[in-house]
Amino acid sequence: MENRAEERLSLIKPSRGWAALNLRDLWTYRELIFFMTWRDLKVRYKQTFLGASWAILQPFLTMVVFSIFFGSLAQVPSDGVPYPIFSYTALIPWTLFSKALQDASRSLVNNSHMITKVYFPRMILPLSSVLAGVVDFLIAFLVLIGMMFYFKLFPTGYIWTLPLFLLLALVTAVGVGLWLSALNVLFRDINYVLPFLTQFWMYMTPIAYPSSMIPEQWRALYALNPMTGVVEGFRWALLGTGQPPGVMTAVSSVVALVLLVTGMFYFRRMERLFADMV
Amino acid sequence: MAKNAIKATNLGKRYAIGSSLNSYRTLRETLSSAFSQAGRQAEPDNDLPDHIWALKDVSFEVEKGAVLGIIGRNGAGKSTLLKVLSRVTEPTEGSVAIHGRVGSLLEVGTGFHPELTGRENIFLNGAILGMKRREIERKFDEIVAFAEVEKFIDTPVKRFSSGMYLRLAFAVAAHLEPEILVVDEVLAVGDAEFQRKCLGKMSDVAKQGRTVLFVSHNMSAILRLTEETLVIDRGNLLLRAPTAEAVDYYLSRGLNQEGARFWQPDEIDPKNPFRPISIKINDASGAMNTTIRSSQPFTIELEYEVVKPIKGLRVGIYLLTSHGEFVFTSFDTDDPKKFSKYALREPGLYRSTVTIPENILNGGRFVLGMNASAYRIKTYFHDEQALAFNVDPSGAPGTQWPESRLGPIRPAFSWEIKKRKNGKKQR
Repeated sequence: MENRAEERLSLIKPSRGWAALNLRDLWTYRELIFFMTWRDLKVRYKQTFLGASWAILQPFLTMVVFSIFFGSLAQVPSDGVPYPIFSYTALIPWTLFSKALQDASRSLVNNSHMITKVYFPRMILPLSSVLAGVVDFLIAFLVLIGMMFYFKLFPTGYIWTLPLFLLLALVTAVGVGLWLSALNVLFRDINYVLPFLTQFWMYMTPIAYPSSMIPEQWRALYALNPMTGVVEGFRWALLGTGQPPGVMTAVSSVVALVLLVTGMFYFRRMERLFADMV
Repeated sequence: MAKNAIKATNLGKRYAIGSSLNSYRTLRETLSSAFSQAGRQAEPDNDLPDHIWALKDVSFEVEKGAVLGIIGRNGAGKSTLLKVLSRVTEPTEGSVAIHGRVGSLLEVGTGFHPELTGRENIFLNGAILGMKRREIERKFDEIVAFAEVEKFIDTPVKRFSSGMYLRLAFAVAAHLEPEILVVDEVLAVGDAEFQRKCLGKMSDVAKQGRTVLFVSHNMSAILRLTEETLVIDRGNLLLRAPTAEAVDYYLSRGLNQEGARFWQPDEIDPKNPFRPISIKINDASGAMNTTIRSSQPFTIELEYEVVKPIKGLRVGIYLLTSHGEFVFTSFDTDDPKKFSKYALREPGLYRSTVTIPENILNGGRFVLGMNASAYRIKTYFHDEQALAFNVDPSGAPGTQWPESRLGPIRPAFSWEIKKRKNGKKQR
């Protein structure tokens, strides 16, 4: 009976202009998202010597460097919590985000052999490379719990909101990832642009410094960066510093959604060229 | 419910040719076309010199449960057609209406990852091909048994032999249960026994009332499996006819012509006194061909240049099966009289031709190699895989039984049958 239900008429014809998102197709192939995510993780951990410890080392070592240079030497304020935990709380969602951009932007080009041979919703490729990062995030998060014990800090009662901020980070990452992956098929320059983009973006996000350092009149503009909302939210929910989510978080969320929707439409529009150009 | 599984109308696919860099657009162009619909509406001229129509104006219908063959030489547009049908790429014009799920075997093993085990790859590959996890679980044992890799199922596939790897890949794809199965030349996979299994699996699929589109260079497989066949050349649909007629048309029109290998000057060391130019296969009618008939003679033509005089030169061919087993080796100066006549090969352009008589080769795919050497002195040129060609067994001895014969050769022997004694009469 299952096969019967799928015996539907499909019409293949050239598409012009903007294409429908076709989320139904994505739903039909939902298991593939899982399998691709799982493949990315499995292969990564099989092929690297340190395996899962990379997920910890990357944000942890960055935290150490930040603590020495920004925390101790430059005396950057940290909203009254120890600087290491102040920066690490921001670094774990940031690492998730920057790694997601890196993996998503290459996902189509790296899987060109699949794109040119089999049909499946191409959106699965950037999507699953973003999702694979969540596992790394969870591993790095365990270290954060350990650090909080060490510094005798206890999460606020708002810790339940953390998944929402994680979701905001993922939405932003998928949105930007869709743009970058589609652009990367057309212009391989993206590979060179990306390191700069991530670096600038990091300085525009309150990771090494608190957002309270930003002058009041620039705050609204500053919040246009959805990662600001994510990082502020993480600190607020875990450490109780900064402002509770308000207008800034709302602005961040709207921008993230705009990125996601435009990214999806742009991706769908370019999708028809992938098999011929990748 | 509609009677047709596939209905293609005026299908066309245009590709940009030239270096692939040309097909990347500038950022400015992309931005302007992304933001203005007008840029998209003004379709470029069809006859732009940097475009090629891989498919043009192709219309056909396939009934549910039919098995349709598609033949044509390399680059004729067969693979493009299959890619359009399986939604890998969009057509430039025209449309196709498809009833049911399309499963494609465009290339087996897509998405296989060498680091993952056989088991893991079955699930991954199945999901890529559009199977549900439960569906894969249900067929898992069957897939493993079909591929004959039970012992190695938890070994990373990078340790598989190439035969095991391909068998596993085909097995996953073959257990897909789409309403429409699109198959592109997978029968080059594995040994004869496995090929037989693959063909069997395909005819099972057809017997279950599913629609099969089958592209192959293997005329005997096409003849055995399909009822009707499309002949495609240069993107055009030339003929749709019952398979026997279509194959005959294809072979006799020399549409599969390309049976030659040319060496470019930069492939050869300029100091080499021997320079190969080309190797060609001509069928019985003298036309260059990649498919010859077992029941007819054919010629192999070697062209080369001798730059400096070479003593004792012999130029010849190897014939190998597609599995790389040698069938025979032969040189142009094998005959002692010829050898003494050409004891010293003077500089000049040469052509050595040999006619292989009929009833030597069995049906299948063969590889021609070329060698130029002086015995115990020097090998001037050696290429074991210069050119591949197909042998069509139709009309060979014993083809009244539509089975494939074992062994690379299929000679015509004259058997004698004598009755030595009358048996007892059965009462």
